Amino acid sequence: MEQILKVENINVYYGAIHAIKGISFHVDQGEVVTLIGANGAGKSTTLQTISGLLRSRTGSIEFCGENISITPSHKIVEKGLAQVPEGRRIFLQMSVQENLEMGAYTQRGTGIEADMERVFQQFPRLKERRRQIAGTLSGGEQQMLAMGRALMSHPKLLMLDEPSMGLAPILVEQIFDIIRQLHKDGTTILLVEQNAQMALSVADRAYVMETGKISLSGTGAELAASDQVKKAYLGG
Amino acid sequence: MEFLSYLISGISLGSVYAIIALGYTMVYGIAKMLNFAHGDVIMVGGYISLLSMSSLGLPWPLAVILAMLVCTVLGVVIEGLAYKPLRSAPSLAVLITAIGVSYFLQNAALLLWGASPKAYTPIIAGSVKLFEGQLSISYVSILTVFMCIVIMIALTLFTGKTRMGKAMRACSEDKAAAQLMGINVNRTISMTFAIGSALAAIAGVLLCSSYTSLMPTTGSMPGIKAFTAAVFGGIGSIPGALLGGVLLGIIESLAKAYISTQLANSIVFAVLIITLLVRPAGLLGKYVPEKV
Repeated sequence: MEQILKVENINVYYGAIHAIKGISFHVDQGEVVTLIGANGAGKSTTLQTISGLLRSRTGSIEFCGENISITPSHKIVEKGLAQVPEGRRIFLQMSVQENLEMGAYTQRGTGIEADMERVFQQFPRLKERRRQIAGTLSGGEQQMLAMGRALMSHPKLLMLDEPSMGLAPILVEQIFDIIRQLHKDGTTILLVEQNAQMALSVADRAYVMETGKISLSGTGAELAASDQVKKAYLGG
Repeated sequence: MEFLSYLISGISLGSVYAIIALGYTMVYGIAKMLNFAHGDVIMVGGYISLLSMSSLGLPWPLAVILAMLVCTVLGVVIEGLAYKPLRSAPSLAVLITAIGVSYFLQNAALLLWGASPKAYTPIIAGSVKLFEGQLSISYVSILTVFMCIVIMIALTLFTGKTRMGKAMRACSEDKAAAQLMGINVNRTISMTFAIGSALAAIAGVLLCSSYTSLMPTTGSMPGIKAFTAAVFGGIGSIPGALLGGVLLGIIESLAKAYISTQLANSIVFAVLIITLLVRPAGLLGKYVPEKV
């Protein structure tokens, strides 16, 4: 399998706080990989570092064989690495359609209309609300918009940061169905979740993060069966 | 008839404030900073246009374009040298830097062009006379209002329809999310300064044409008033800048005419304070409620 993302020995600090302590992992082409762990374990920090919003003091991040550890954020997106950030972070004062257009910012020329149609097929609710201001959408709709927006950039790797956060159980199911569908369509996904059970059910492989380090790794099924994970994250 | 004449001069003055306020409001919207040097860019625009007409003998449209070019470059350079290194600094540091840049520009103008006021020939002379000469409106006033409307429409289309304009709105809402879309935030901020400064140059020409004099501190009072107008209308809002600017101009003009020339400025600022007490976000400033 070709490695699409290879993170090696990154160390990230917030001022004096050592948030990520020398972690390494990789994502292969076509896989769904999940990073699970408690609040404050450093999952989101890891994604932000991969996206270039934060910088590692050491090591390297390779995307499609190219070192991107000092590439500016906006160039990383151009290379095909999209992130759906924690808390969705859609543009609340812009319309649904404008949000999707921003997702296609790196896509020059035509094809944007067709891409938007594809997103609307995946998320029919967004089509109904295409002219509506995004701030008036419900939480679930906002999450769908955030995912649709990221898909507009034709990502080779899609990173999702806590897509289930703050959503009703039925919407969580729906979001994970979409993740399964994207996986089936061949999208490579790096998923960060606190909802370990759901995350492990869709993941090919998983890493468990604890206080800035990776403490366990294995296939989704292996970790779901592991006593350690059960105890810590799956409620016994 | 007298009232109408004061009203028209207020609208014209207000249009200049509105054009300046647009610069404040756009920069605030995107960089979340108050660029107090904006007023002084107006003054530079005034000098450049004056010198290119009087010393270089350029016709006024060329002089205006030259002033816009110089101010655009100046705005981008100021942003790059003074504000960009402070991107992650506390906002107070940026504010003080902006005040510093303002003094720097005023003193540089003092060195280059001297302290004494220079006479500024209006770019178009004359006026239309209406109602058998009872009401006279200068061509400069008409041009000012016209320019203000054109600029408003152009900016509304730019931010609403173009890729770059939408990217600006995205940056003004959430810079990190904008970066995750592939938007170059630094370039977008520079672009905003470029547009704001080009508008400042136009405002400089119009302002000097109606006051017919120019000195290094010319920009500071209109700058502060336009800032007031931007807050009054709702900072960050483009229609707010227009409404705030025009209302402020009318209030100032009517206060001068009917209450007191000395008190006019106090009245203007009193109106601002009262408005903000009632509507802290300004007249058109609004918060879109966020559903979670």
